[in-house]
Amino acid sequence: MLLIECPCCGVKAEETELSPGYEAHLKRFGPGSTDEEFEAYMFARKNPKGVHFERWRHAYGCGKWFLAARCTATLEVFGTYPAQVGEPPADIIEKIKARRPDWKGYK
Amino acid sequence: MSHFSRLWRWQVGNFRREAAEGREVGTDAPGRDALRDGGHAMKRYSVFAIAREALRHHAGWERAWASPQPKASYDAIIVGAGGHGLATAYYLGKNYGITNVAILEKGWLGGGNTGRNTTIIRSNYLQDSSAAIYEKARSLYETLSQDLNYNVMFSPRGVMMLAQTHHEVRGYLRTAHANKLQGVETEFITPQRVKELCPILNIDGPRYPVLGALWQARGGTGRHDAVAWGYARACSAMGMDIIQQCEVTGVRSEGGKVVGVDTTKGYIGTKKLGIVVAGHSGQLAEMAGFRLPIEAVALQALVSEPIKPCMDIVVMANTVHGYMSQSDKGEMVIGGGTDGFNNYTQRGSFHHIEETLRALIETFPIISRLKMLRQWGGIVDMTGDRSPIISKTPLGNCFINCGWGTGGFKAIPGSGWAMAELMAKGEPGPLAAEFDMWRFKEGRFIDESVAAGVAH
Ligand SMILES: Cc1cc2nc3c(=O)[nH]c(=O)nc-3n(C[C@H](O)[C@H](O)[C@H](O)COP(=O)(O)OP(=O)(O)OC[C@H]3O[C@@H](n4cnc5c(N)ncnc54)[C@H](O)[C@@H]3O)c2cc1C
Ligand SMILES: [Zn+2]
Repeated sequence: MLLIECPCCGVKAEETELSPGYEAHLKRFGPGSTDEEFEAYMFARKNPKGVHFERWRHAYGCGKWFLAARCTATLEVFGTYPAQVGEPPADIIEKIKARRPDWKGYK
Repeated sequence: MSHFSRLWRWQVGNFRREAAEGREVGTDAPGRDALRDGGHAMKRYSVFAIAREALRHHAGWERAWASPQPKASYDAIIVGAGGHGLATAYYLGKNYGITNVAILEKGWLGGGNTGRNTTIIRSNYLQDSSAAIYEKARSLYETLSQDLNYNVMFSPRGVMMLAQTHHEVRGYLRTAHANKLQGVETEFITPQRVKELCPILNIDGPRYPVLGALWQARGGTGRHDAVAWGYARACSAMGMDIIQQCEVTGVRSEGGKVVGVDTTKGYIGTKKLGIVVAGHSGQLAEMAGFRLPIEAVALQALVSEPIKPCMDIVVMANTVHGYMSQSDKGEMVIGGGTDGFNNYTQRGSFHHIEETLRALIETFPIISRLKMLRQWGGIVDMTGDRSPIISKTPLGNCFINCGWGTGGFKAIPGSGWAMAELMAKGEPGPLAAEFDMWRFKEGRFIDESVAAGVAH
């Protein structure tokens, strides 16, 4: 079972307290965008075997959305951070690099 | 029907068929019975072979398939020796005479989702293109044991999908009407009939009383390993190379066309490439230079201790997320929904088991004291509309078959049939035409997520 710390209220929550929300840092493409952009936004989700950034909601706790960096191959959680950012913060990147030296970085 | 009587009926079926074809029943003289010259000589399995081997200490059985080293190149390479990959290779040989084929598997054949699923077979889907391919598969399953000379234990025991909300009743009525137009035999039945067909089912609630069910009498189960093994044996007999412990690590191309693959056993050239790797489709697509609308998540299943026969159909309860059938060994085979996050670990999480069992105990009070024996997970490949992809790709001569998600065991023969046609001709036939990967861009969804939003 995953244990993920909610950065909003500080509770170390177990999986049943949380709802998963899939890929983080999605850029929304709406009216006026190309078919390719809209398709990529709607369906072409990142699906790495390894480091992944995703959304979670502390559903049975404080109720807030937040973001997490997690390894999909081992279920290791590298860290969590508030949702109001466009890309993963530097300290999270550092933590991941320390654990996964051959990780190609966030793109 | 017991395991033994099914085996017996299968043998008698073989006997009748061989007799009807005017062959000397049960002979297996090498050369004569090999499916093909030059292939891995395959002796026919029959009741006479069993009797003869019984008299000589079972020393005469041979390996079911060969274990060759890769050649320098092939006419076609299939990546992934799951059911779909093996069936693709089989129909490439059988329907199109293409036998210079290698099937590359990173683990052991049938070790992916094909060997991890709960073997439900049905074809009563909502959309026309789904009903067509799943019904093709179901009908091929009916004679698969005879076609492959390998008992896949197809058991058309009937599949029942419970309607436990008014919304579901309407949905299944709609499916029943659609199936009537598609020529797929299925019917919407009353709660009383549900109880007759499955007496251990509690139809009175408490949370979700049974309001009816969609019943496909010709659906059922099969033996998952045997499906992979049967196709593998037939492919090997046609002279194809099944190469296990051989992971594809790169896809090479020239001038926009595939020319070969890098593997843990070296570079292998090919004229055509079929990618059939379920949960790892995203990885392989990346190697081939394109992206797929697929996410990999874990789906798990579990079995109970064996008990006496108490249920001779498959029951699915999609509102509460659980389904169950009884294996020939007597175990209750149980499955539920997927985990809600990307995952490649082939493990599930405990709270999902808890959820599934909680749901099923309400519907089947009889199982509340059962001990659960084993639990396992598989990585399923989920697309945006919950329908598969059988498609050409942006890379020339490279084809992909994936996205079967939680429900592709039932589709194996039909999917292999359609994928072989696509690979042989370079263009999809009628079965595969709608399942191309560009439908997401163009908004031509084959939306089955409403019809079956649960493991199936
Ligand atoms: C718990 C569970 C229950 C299910 N229940 C049902 C059910 O009741 N009914 C139903 O119809 N369906 C069910 N399914 C779905 C069904 O199992 C799958 O859709 C189907 O088996 C997929 O078959 P496949 O051949 O595409 O994939 P797999 O059997 O997974 O085969 C893919 C193969 O590709 C190999 N591979 C991956 N990467 C590489 C590489 N780089 N190089 C070489 N080889 C590679 C893998 O090792 C694997 O053997 C269930 C699935 C699960 C997990
Ligand atoms: Zn919180």
